[in-house]
Amino acid sequence: MATYNLNINGKMQTVEAESDTPILWVLRDTVGLVGTKYGCGIAQCGTCTIHIDGQAMRSCIIPVSSVEGKKITTIEGLSADASHPLQEAWREHDVPQCGYCQAGQIMNAAALLSNNSNPSDEDIDNSMRGNICRCGTYNRIKAAIKTAAGNG
Amino acid sequence: MENINKVNRRNFLKLSALSGGGLVLGFNWSSCNSPKDVTPIRTMPKEWFDINAFLKIGDNGLVTIYSPNPEIGQNIKTSMPMIVAEELDVKWEDVMVEQAGLNTEWYSRQVAGGSQSIRHGWTSLRMAGATAKRMLVNAAAKQWEIDPSECSVSDGMISNGKGESLGFGEVAKVASNMDVPNEEDITLKETKDYKIIGTPRGNVDMEDIITGKPLFGMDTKREGMMYAAVLRAPAFGQKLVSVDDTEALKVAGVQKVVKMQIPQRQQFKGEQVMLDKVAVVANSTWAAMKGKKALVAVWENASPGENTTNHKVALNKLTESKAKEAVRLDGDPDKAFAEADEVIERTYESPFLPHNCMEPMNFFANVTDEKVELVGPIQTPEWTRGRVAGMLNLIEEHDPEDEDAAKAARDKAFAKIDLQMTRMGGGFGRRLYGDFALEAVQASKEVKAPVQVVWTREDDMTAGTYRPAVHYKIRAAIKDNKITGYHLIEAAVNGNMWSALADGFPASGIANYKCDNHSFESNVSTGAWRAPYTNFLASAEQSFLDEVAQKTGQDAVQMRLDILEKAKEVYDAHTKLEEEIEDEETLKEAKKDLMSKGNYEPDRFIAAIKMAADKGGWGNAPRGTHLGFSAFYSHNTYVAQVAQVKVVDNVPKVEKVVCVVDCGIVINPLAATNLIQGGVIDGIGHSMFGDFTFENGQPAMNNFNNYRLIRMNEAPQIEVHYVDNGKSPTGLGEPTLPPAGAAIANAFHSATGVRMYNQPYVKDNKVLG
Repeated sequence: MATYNLNINGKMQTVEAESDTPILWVLRDTVGLVGTKYGCGIAQCGTCTIHIDGQAMRSCIIPVSSVEGKKITTIEGLSADASHPLQEAWREHDVPQCGYCQAGQIMNAAALLSNNSNPSDEDIDNSMRGNICRCGTYNRIKAAIKTAAGNG
Repeated sequence: MENINKVNRRNFLKLSALSGGGLVLGFNWSSCNSPKDVTPIRTMPKEWFDINAFLKIGDNGLVTIYSPNPEIGQNIKTSMPMIVAEELDVKWEDVMVEQAGLNTEWYSRQVAGGSQSIRHGWTSLRMAGATAKRMLVNAAAKQWEIDPSECSVSDGMISNGKGESLGFGEVAKVASNMDVPNEEDITLKETKDYKIIGTPRGNVDMEDIITGKPLFGMDTKREGMMYAAVLRAPAFGQKLVSVDDTEALKVAGVQKVVKMQIPQRQQFKGEQVMLDKVAVVANSTWAAMKGKKALVAVWENASPGENTTNHKVALNKLTESKAKEAVRLDGDPDKAFAEADEVIERTYESPFLPHNCMEPMNFFANVTDEKVELVGPIQTPEWTRGRVAGMLNLIEEHDPEDEDAAKAARDKAFAKIDLQMTRMGGGFGRRLYGDFALEAVQASKEVKAPVQVVWTREDDMTAGTYRPAVHYKIRAAIKDNKITGYHLIEAAVNGNMWSALADGFPASGIANYKCDNHSFESNVSTGAWRAPYTNFLASAEQSFLDEVAQKTGQDAVQMRLDILEKAKEVYDAHTKLEEEIEDEETLKEAKKDLMSKGNYEPDRFIAAIKMAADKGGWGNAPRGTHLGFSAFYSHNTYVAQVAQVKVVDNVPKVEKVVCVVDCGIVINPLAATNLIQGGVIDGIGHSMFGDFTFENGQPAMNNFNNYRLIRMNEAPQIEVHYVDNGKSPTGLGEPTLPPAGAAIANAFHSATGVRMYNQPYVKDNKVLG
């Protein structure tokens, strides 16, 4: 076990973990932030998406040892009062069915919008195709992203 | 007024235990998405009063409604309470929703399956709300010393016609101590008076979902909880010879390695088998998963490992063989085929499919001598509780002939088991089978600690209960360009539809009809997968009818309508006799020479098909696009679809599907449309990409890098329309999926001239014919 100082949602936290533990499991089991979900463990489904220094990353394959000194943002820290434009748009469009993949979808979409404030349909397809929604809420995810971008 | 089924009076007993909080998994304000001009009650009451099993009312008028059924993404946790709230006549904004735990004394059919929750709950949910309202009215009338009939209710307020009113919160205490009214004294609302049913209401778990609050089984945490990863046989048909846990126990965090035998019931065979499993119990999920990888296990075949190539050969052979007895036989098909101008015969093949819920299987159990605590995602809580009781030998010995003694023994055992349902990250049928819950129970019992079993994605995909591979051969006898005979032959691994759906369309619409089925017995575990029985039957049948229409020069929609007109003659003849003759025996005798009805109402099917043809622009494809039609009735709901395809760089791409649904009254159109869109996209995704094969009993696919699910860039727009007929509501979880495969296959044919007979349609990025 080693000790890591992590900046999670703007708060410094000290955790004990094996160095190869994916940050996903540190967040879920050690820190107790369970909003980030496990889906595949091999960065193929996007369910575990978080932001590391503002970029969308798959937390299931990133070892805790590599994220010290970086800014980690999870769904719990996306906004202080659940008022991120994407969270508002998710309410407006009533996007989720089962809801399990949605934190990953929102985190991936948030990174898209911070890089591209006015994405085309094709831009949305290209950046969201790494996030699987098994319930098939794709129509609503896309509509909500457009609403959040202000071009819905 | 419609006939009200007898409602179990036990549901209306006063329930003092309910407000204790121990049975409840958090609550949610339903008003998160409420309109801006509504000011909901936002303070918690000082005291709650239990009115019945479905609801309690606070002294400030706030209402808590318990949602009895498991939530798998079908939005039942919002729509069931909406029905209760409607009849209670309260503002939806003043309602909080809580997931009820398993309680067979209070609720009936706490199951998520078969798209039946709303259909079965429709009467009891309305009665629960209306009965509570009547008790509140009785309490107010008592206070005013008037007859209850002089009171009226709206939005949680009771008025007496003299300008006085009382809020529900003001009379809740008195109401909670009143006698439960007789069912005969309860009047349900008329459809036209609905204020909540039929209006768009946001998901009650929305805030938790979009802010990442604990909600799913995987999110369960308990003091002292350990995590378990479970090793299972790599191939079907294998048993454990030995396991070396030396390296696993060296993994930091691993506490214990436990050998287990877990019963598993084979869905279509009914028999129970014992499966060898090895649990690695650790203080974190990661350590458990690493420990499992470090196990060195030796397995041997108890029965031969099977191969996909052999399955195909076997199923094709079965479609050619003679069936013992037709599961439905009308007229004289042999004669129709002998006299036909032409016989059209096609074979359709589909693979096994894994469920791939985004939340992998998991369950929490804490087994002590005194009680068993279970928490997790399960579609069948009641069945699972029974299996847990059986596995732990909790049911005391009793005289098997004595029903009362058997019930007493069961009740005593079940009283020790508390089962709480979490929101599920998808179900699709996989969570009907509580093997994962049994694993958690066994592991907890062995290590004497609370344990959460967590499956990896690889576990989830390779230890499945799969949609069985199915082949259909369909034959049509053609005479004068009309179908005079129809022969449907099914061959499925471990059986599929048996006789369940021989009465489906086009049965009763074709004079000479026959349905046969065959089963190939396999050691691969198979079971219900979203729209079981029909998820591939619909693709085969609706593709076949499209081809027959083309070959006989008929319009594909008109040909279906013509068949349905014949079915309607049969249906109407039955109805006429049923109206004329009361005596059952006489009626049976009178119906002797009539063809059996189909399992559908032809009028409703005709209306849905006509509406889809209209809304989907059938016959008027936009320039550069090609249309495909498909319609299917299943799970009590009628669905008709028009798919629109465009060819881009010689590859057909589905751009849009217009989907018409007759599910009777739509409880929550916001959620219903979402579910319909998802069902169609799921149907398209699996028919295009879903492929799952075996080599020597071992699945060849194990994660999303080698198993393809539909993604956003491949999902077309789904346009939804409803048939508005005011009929009692039916379910939406499954019925929009089956027709989707043929809708796109028929559109592909229209675009390219190529017919799709085998799923998946797309393999290695090539469209297959």
